[in-house]
Amino acid sequence: MVNINYIKFCNFFIFPLICLGKKGYALVKELSRCEDSIPPYNTDLVKAVSAEIKQLIDQNTEDANASTEESIGAASFLPTVRIRHAAAKRNMRCLMAYHYNRIRCLRTMRWEFGSVLPGDIKANLSLAEVEWFSKYSRMLATYMRSVGDEGINLAVDLKPPKALYIEVRCLVDYGKLELNDGSVILLKKDSRHYLPRNDCEELIRQGVFQHIV
Amino acid sequence: MPLPSAYCPNYYAIDDILATQERTPCKFLVNVPKLGVLNPSTTEKDLAIGTSLELPIWLVLEMSTGRQPIVSPELPKIYRDSYCEILQADACAVDLHKFNLYFYELGSYAKRFDRKGAVHETLLHTFRIRFRQLMDLADNSISDPSVQQRLDVLERRLFSDSYKARAKMNSWLVETGATMEAANMVVNHKKRKKT
Repeated sequence: MVNINYIKFCNFFIFPLICLGKKGYALVKELSRCEDSIPPYNTDLVKAVSAEIKQLIDQNTEDANASTEESIGAASFLPTVRIRHAAAKRNMRCLMAYHYNRIRCLRTMRWEFGSVLPGDIKANLSLAEVEWFSKYSRMLATYMRSVGDEGINLAVDLKPPKALYIEVRCLVDYGKLELNDGSVILLKKDSRHYLPRNDCEELIRQGVFQHIV
Repeated sequence: MPLPSAYCPNYYAIDDILATQERTPCKFLVNVPKLGVLNPSTTEKDLAIGTSLELPIWLVLEMSTGRQPIVSPELPKIYRDSYCEILQADACAVDLHKFNLYFYELGSYAKRFDRKGAVHETLLHTFRIRFRQLMDLADNSISDPSVQQRLDVLERRLFSDSYKARAKMNSWLVETGATMEAANMVVNHKKRKKT
């Protein structure tokens, strides 16, 4: 909650140029506070930064045109234009970094959570990001199917197997699970099972099972 | 957000963006029309020659380079002689976090404004002295949380990385049968849900 209030505070106190590049900074700062997760997509601030870039460039164009008409004044506007240009470049960098790092995190999530994201994470994404995720997910699935004779799931088998069967404890009320051999078992919270390793590895990764050694 | 840390900051590096937002004092060498708003203490439209302001490093870097520099930058306070002397005396005793969160990153930029070259030496010396202590802490993890609070961002990352590596090594030495575990992000996501 502190986070959101802080952003509101920033949005409120931003004047045209006093905080040259402050908004972009606030955007990146917000990202840096959330380790290991994606904060809500800050549409307002992204729009505000884009607007600032546009404003800076418009002002620069205006001054540049003014100085070509009367060439004596040209030298004096140069520093102004340079400063504004630097600020625009900085804002652009912040915007790019914001989006790029979010996408990076999203990509890791595909490997860790699997192809379906938990609802509360999905709620934090922008439309474009949701679309990107489903595209990436599809591409990855297509690739994994194409490897070998009948495809291979690259997200599992991260550690060398010691035995074909392992013992697991179920951590949530999962419901029914169909095993590869066709039998269906009911997974209840705190129940113990002795199952083929390749049936449960993915569920262990997703935090449904706990591996008991 | 798990980001790989590189020695050279790239365009998208969050830490580099945050570090370059720190301010350094500088003096204007030319008149800058229309940008009086940069100076909060006056209401004039233009920024006059000779004005002293504290500006963020990213702006100063852009303005102080090139054939016609607009400002002449000075060293931030924490890299000046008196602070360097403290670090030379005993770098391990210093609370670097209070100096600046990005002491080394900022220093690597600030050293460009330093004509004597002393900042460069101080940074190296500080890191070399403190690194030994850092590794010692990470290896002998009778973890005292107050120790971590005295580290800057770079050191903190080194600490957590080596701490994790040590923990992994220990678990590998103790048990050979590898347990399968839930993915890192999944675990953290669950923890957050509970609270």
